[in-house]
Amino acid sequence: MPAILDHLPTVQQVIFILIGLFTAVSALLVVVAPNLFHNALALVATFFGVTGLYVLLEAEFLAVSQVLIYVGAISTLITFAIMLTRGMMYGRTSPTNQQRLAAAIMAVLFFLVLAGLLVHVPWPVVGAELKAGEAIIADLGELFVTTYLIPFELMALLLLVALAGALMLARDR
Amino acid sequence: MVPLNWYLILSAFVFSCGLYAALARRNAIAALMGIELMLNAVNINLVAFWRYGNAVEALAGQVFAIFVIAVAAAEVAVGLALIISVYRLRRTVNLDELDTLRG
Repeated sequence: MPAILDHLPTVQQVIFILIGLFTAVSALLVVVAPNLFHNALALVATFFGVTGLYVLLEAEFLAVSQVLIYVGAISTLITFAIMLTRGMMYGRTSPTNQQRLAAAIMAVLFFLVLAGLLVHVPWPVVGAELKAGEAIIADLGELFVTTYLIPFELMALLLLVALAGALMLARDR
Repeated sequence: MVPLNWYLILSAFVFSCGLYAALARRNAIAALMGIELMLNAVNINLVAFWRYGNAVEALAGQVFAIFVIAVAAAEVAVGLALIISVYRLRRTVNLDELDTLRG
């Protein structure tokens, strides 16, 4: 009896399986659904699934950033782009190009090889206890202005340049 | 705890989906969505390795994931601006019709 109990999934594992299935199915829908707008909605669902994974991994700050940036901003941008470039989206042409078969074979093989490797590699797992959530966020903030100061400033510059560039490109002349 | 392998396999699956979308979709916006999927898969890996690694205090995985999110935001803004700009000029966003530079 204990041998069977050992193999029963814990609560965390059940939650992971649920979130993981949700994420995997919506990621697949992003790729295979023919309607571009459905792709965008599935992409939002995938972002939510990844948020759940972050919560499960106890990375609360990242979970909040994921909701704010991906679900809030990037999805909105993508939806706007779809609406602004409409007309070409529906019917008429196939959603995939001529190399769909080669691409599908490559993607499936890539996944199988990676999964085969990942199942067998015995990763050294520590999984230490974490500090309270607020303490971790304070540490993150401190790291950004000490160890990672230069990447942090570069990231700010990159965002500024990219957004100014995006405005220039999309401006109606 | 959840085994580390599960996270890695899930993220490999999401990455493969993104790879297929980036390679096979004709619509530029769909290809961009594939790239977003791949970046998210990378982030899952970074955070999972951070959580299960031996330097939890150093927070390097989370910091990298935040950088990836910021770069993805910049990339999607520029990418969509390019797509809209191309759409104005050519009235299409199908990648295989944009072959002006083909030799």
